[in-house]
Amino acid sequence: MLAEVLRRLLATIPVMGVVALAVFALLHVTPGDPAVIIAGDYATTDDIARIRTRLGLDQPFHTQVAIWLGRVVRGDLGTSIFSGLPVSTLIGQRAATTIWLTLFAMLISVGVGVPIGVVAAWRKGSWLDRAVMVFAVSGFSMPTFWLGFILVYVFAITAGWLPVQGYAPLAGGVGSFLSHLILPALTLSVVYMALIARMTRASMLGVLDEDYIRTAFAKGLAPSGVLVRHALKNASLPIVTIIGIGFALLIGGAVVTESVFALPGLGRLTVDAIVRRDYPVIQGVLLVVSGAYVMINLIVDVLYVVLDPRIRY
Amino acid sequence: MRPLSRRQFLAGAGATAAATLAPTRAPAQKSGGTLRFVAQADLKILDPVWTTAYITRNHSYLVYDTLFGTDEKLQVRPQMVDKHSVSKDGMKYTFTLRDGLKWHDGQPVVAEDCAESLKRWMKKDRFGRLLAAHTAKVAPVDRKTLTLELGERFGPVLEALGKPSSNVPFMMPARIAATSADEQIKEIVGSGPFRFAKDEWQPGNQVVYVKHADYVPRNEAPSGSAGGKKVLLDKVIWRYMPDAATASAALAAGEIDWWEIPPIDFVPKIEQTASLTTFLPDPLGTQGWLRPNHLHPPFNNKKARQALVAMMNQEMYLQAAIGVPKYYRSCPGVFACAGPYASKAGAEGLVKQNLERARQLVKESGYDGRPVTVVHVTDIGFLSGAALVTRELLTAAGFNVDLKAMDWSTNLAVRAKKDPPDKGGWNILHTWWMAADVMHPAVHFGVSGAGPGAWFGWPEIPQLEKLITDFVRATDQPHRKQLAEEIQKIALDEVAYVPWGEWFLPTAFRKNVNGILKFIAPLFWNVSIA
Repeated sequence: MLAEVLRRLLATIPVMGVVALAVFALLHVTPGDPAVIIAGDYATTDDIARIRTRLGLDQPFHTQVAIWLGRVVRGDLGTSIFSGLPVSTLIGQRAATTIWLTLFAMLISVGVGVPIGVVAAWRKGSWLDRAVMVFAVSGFSMPTFWLGFILVYVFAITAGWLPVQGYAPLAGGVGSFLSHLILPALTLSVVYMALIARMTRASMLGVLDEDYIRTAFAKGLAPSGVLVRHALKNASLPIVTIIGIGFALLIGGAVVTESVFALPGLGRLTVDAIVRRDYPVIQGVLLVVSGAYVMINLIVDVLYVVLDPRIRY
Repeated sequence: MRPLSRRQFLAGAGATAAATLAPTRAPAQKSGGTLRFVAQADLKILDPVWTTAYITRNHSYLVYDTLFGTDEKLQVRPQMVDKHSVSKDGMKYTFTLRDGLKWHDGQPVVAEDCAESLKRWMKKDRFGRLLAAHTAKVAPVDRKTLTLELGERFGPVLEALGKPSSNVPFMMPARIAATSADEQIKEIVGSGPFRFAKDEWQPGNQVVYVKHADYVPRNEAPSGSAGGKKVLLDKVIWRYMPDAATASAALAAGEIDWWEIPPIDFVPKIEQTASLTTFLPDPLGTQGWLRPNHLHPPFNNKKARQALVAMMNQEMYLQAAIGVPKYYRSCPGVFACAGPYASKAGAEGLVKQNLERARQLVKESGYDGRPVTVVHVTDIGFLSGAALVTRELLTAAGFNVDLKAMDWSTNLAVRAKKDPPDKGGWNILHTWWMAADVMHPAVHFGVSGAGPGAWFGWPEIPQLEKLITDFVRATDQPHRKQLAEEIQKIALDEVAYVPWGEWFLPTAFRKNVNGILKFIAPLFWNVSIA
């Protein structure tokens, strides 16, 4: 098992290399030129050319790639063309917000999505099942920004219980930290809650008809024990898979939520950098995020083995 | 629409001013507290000489000070300067600094710092470059005195030094001002009323300024960037909120105190909220431009360009781009209508639309039917509206139009291309400038006819360059006014660009914020929070 984990960790290196090359290539075929943006309104063609030279943008593509990769290998993600701050500093300033937002959103998604999915499967065809499915379809259908504004209107503006926007670091107090995170995390979680509920229900339905479940009920075990210990455990592989995918999607989905709630996270950092064509920042963030995706996939694969010892790599 | 007479226009402007430019209530003069402000954009670049970005200029008004300031009536008045004198022949200016000026690192401000700062600014700014071309020497005389010696006559020396908009000649310590004008400064040390808290700066989220305890304001009432910069706040926090609905909700909930530029469609709701109010801080406004590319057909032909003036209907543009009549006005001229050089000379074509004449001019130009590429910026509402109006009017005038949709950043790259439109270039673009940047010929990019050295579109009109030089060499106002009128006549006859009107952007704040000053940038001195 350990050898497999190590092998997979090593395998992430070429994956990251391909990601890095793809990101670099995509950026260079995208219209826009940071040198022109930096040069401003008064710049002459010579000014722009001088800035391009200083940024190394006049070098051939392969030279630019080689220089960038050389730095990345040394742990240097470069410097923002605009603010002059190291990309690692910018990511460091933003990572905590996105990590906490994603974790809370996933906690809510799993904490609500799995139980209601289990109950819906257990009470298949009942009003409870239908209610869960209505919620799941609605959850998929609601645009995140719309839901965000509705929650802000109800809980922040009308009731005044929670703040409208912003992020408060944990160091500033648990109460403030949580109050700033509840609405964005709830907004972000609804679609994944719906996804997990549907997947849990479908997966549980496939297990609940099995003989061993009937036997468990026949032995007189409590329904909760049968559902959780016997059914859910055996139905968990697809659920874990969808949670893993959900984590990856949450990082991307955080862009909209971060904008609606003015949270200084990685999503907004990426969007702002794309708008300005701040190449080092875009490349740095995408590299870090793709690294996170690869790690999440690895964790999911390890969990498969833990949940189902029959699985061997 | 019937054009307004000058008298009607002034009466209307006066009424609008009375209704909406009402001064903020008498400041409570309460000291202390933190003001939370939503800025118009994200502050990414900190060097006010390196970039012309308005957000960097606004940031710099907190951190840096200027030798001269511009008051509400557009008069230049001393700021860091205590006394100044001009030699009898008008060729030597001597400036003596005020006592007690200190940098944020505790060092005293000396004349050498100011001389170096001026030299760096003169390499980058358009007005500064004009001044540099007429200057023989800028040098310190002693620790508090510096001189500027002209090599050739230059009239608006003080106007240049008190220039309110980008690039503003902000003062920096000599060691920082020694940075090449092509490189960004690395250290942010000013002598302004607030200190930049670099450790708390989070690009894309917040900028923090704290009161500069050693700042000594002039003993005068504040007015624009002139007068006493009395600091009443301990701290100012700028927040960047890209979503207008979020900023609106945060203002209503009291999580922020001041929102620099709410979109105009949010203003009615803000005005209906009891705890909030709005104010027009910039009495000059903003001017919209339609810029033809002079390098390529059909607009390398004067008659085709003149068709753009004949088709112009400013009201139509403003209605589509801004929408609320009380926030816009037609302004048939190239210089800001509230500025000292406003005139209708040569602007008859802008006053009344004449599509018949436009069609005639298109025919006379020999237009061959090739598509006219109009840059359509889709992520800035008013530019998008203007481009759509241009497409309608160009079509009505007989042009075939190719509307090219793109975001603002792509537009910045495209507009710099001199290639023909079918190879990635362009024929027409739209942009805007604060009226302070189109107030007179020395700052106005639209009237430059320097060809390759002119603003994108590259008109080559040598007469304009000569008249601009004459303008800066003129020393009396009536002569300058006459030269500005000549410049306007030629700029509109050659169609360097076509202005499509002016508009005003209100600012919104909570009623417990007092003392906001009228100026082209948000100023934080004199502001208090109850």
